[in-house]
Amino acid sequence: MSLRTTGRPDVDTASVPADEEKWINIASLNKVYQARRSAPTHALSDITFSVRRGEFISVVGPSGCGKTTLLKILAGIVKRSSGEVRIAGADVTGPLPQVGMVFQAATLLPWRTVLQNVMVPVEVQGLDKNRYRERARELLRMVGLAEFENSYPYELSGGMQQRAGICRALVHDPAVLLMDEPFGALDAMTREYMNVELLRIWAESGQTIVLVTHSIPEAVFLSDRVIVLSPRPGRIAEIIDIDLDRPRELSVMSSDRAGVYVDRIRRHFNASVID
Amino acid sequence: MTTAPAADEVTDEVAPAKPTRGKRFDLRERPELILVPAVFVVLVAAWEFLIPLLGIGDYVLPRPSRIVEALGQQLGNALFWQHLEVTVRESIIGFLIGVGTALVLGTAISQVSLVEKTLMPYIVAFQTVPKVALAPLFVVWFGFGITSKIVMAAVISFFPMLVNVIEGLRAADADRIQMLTVFGASKLQIFRMVRLPSAMPFIFAGLDIGIVFSILGAVVGEFIGAKEGLGYLLLQTNYNFDIAGMFAVLIVLSVLGLIAHFIIRFAQRKFAFWAEESRVIAA
Repeated sequence: MSLRTTGRPDVDTASVPADEEKWINIASLNKVYQARRSAPTHALSDITFSVRRGEFISVVGPSGCGKTTLLKILAGIVKRSSGEVRIAGADVTGPLPQVGMVFQAATLLPWRTVLQNVMVPVEVQGLDKNRYRERARELLRMVGLAEFENSYPYELSGGMQQRAGICRALVHDPAVLLMDEPFGALDAMTREYMNVELLRIWAESGQTIVLVTHSIPEAVFLSDRVIVLSPRPGRIAEIIDIDLDRPRELSVMSSDRAGVYVDRIRRHFNASVID
Repeated sequence: MTTAPAADEVTDEVAPAKPTRGKRFDLRERPELILVPAVFVVLVAAWEFLIPLLGIGDYVLPRPSRIVEALGQQLGNALFWQHLEVTVRESIIGFLIGVGTALVLGTAISQVSLVEKTLMPYIVAFQTVPKVALAPLFVVWFGFGITSKIVMAAVISFFPMLVNVIEGLRAADADRIQMLTVFGASKLQIFRMVRLPSAMPFIFAGLDIGIVFSILGAVVGEFIGAKEGLGYLLLQTNYNFDIAGMFAVLIVLSVLGLIAHFIIRFAQRKFAFWAEESRVIAA
């Protein structure tokens, strides 16, 4: 079976027809955290954007701007206060089976082998194990972990664990892949290597990706578009099209055009703190 | 917990070498392999030769050679094996009942807050009762037979297991639970796939204490009133001033505890292999 995504837009319930141009559609999204004994915190304010099918977008912003909250709303584990959030036409009211997620830490289960870890979403969603096991193996082969499918997570390096985490997020062929600072815990060189890997995986699987990151160069290198959020309450400060040729190699980052993008994003943060 | 084992490795992405099993014993690295038996030999030798020198009678503290002799006599006696069998049976049945109840109750307490709120005050209150002191009561209630000892063993192994089950089921990593939630897992799936495996090291710690405690419980029960069992045999030898015989029974009891401990450890290595060091909570 091909790794190329079918996106599984068929799984959803209360949905409008999936629109390829608005594969992810967020309209007037607000999030207010109501703490019990203090003033409410306005985390996200009037966020509106949409993501094309197969697009790679990044969300950057100063810490506390609500970018992780935005991702958690897309993942269905944080409830929105108002507005509309749809993935492949489906209203996001809880975790959707057509979403895959990569976390800050690989979060592999230490009592499962690499293959068993990759199969977690298949098991949880009651999909046909025999059919998806082949896909899982193919994904592991693609990220260079084929010989490690029967190893346990502790036998893998940090970068390898995170690659297994990416396979897990892709195994059930989700319509959308969400990534929350996936390479933040890795050292700088492994991180660059993983960025190149991610582009290769993306080129092969064709998933729609939303990546949250602290790193402006990483966002520029990977994305079709970068969404810049302002400090709290998070609003969209700018959406920047990254017009760099694909496939991209790391050397593209030393080009003038990439430098201009990085500067342009960075200028948004000059007045605020970046971590 | 989930940090990579090779954080200092940089980019080459080479897999860390698989840990080699069955490392060869290097005495320079593990001096205890010599020191532990050496200390044993020195202590036993000192004991053997100091006793007559100090004029201590065998009816107070017998020499090791006498104890070995008595042990040999016991092991050659069919009656002794009957006593042993009774104690083993009481301990195992009591252990299974105590630990099984703790497993069910601990799961209910950790997962259903209403159960926790209702039962916890009673459990805390009962936990402060010295369980051993209940042995006479159990003999009155359940008689001189095997039942009162089983109840004692069950009660005494119940609490350490209960505490470990509750603690273990709560020890699950929040990130792992969130991960499963994102992929759409139900509460039952989260329990089965994360909470229960996370609790395994704790459960094995509870089993480890529980099995040793259950032997203790059985022997204490036999002290209070019994016609058979190693506890009964211990009292018999005591009445007869057969101190060497007492030591022989004590050695058998220790070996029994050790065997039980190693069986649990073996099971732990097999079923909870990912957790090298289990945290033990004594109750």
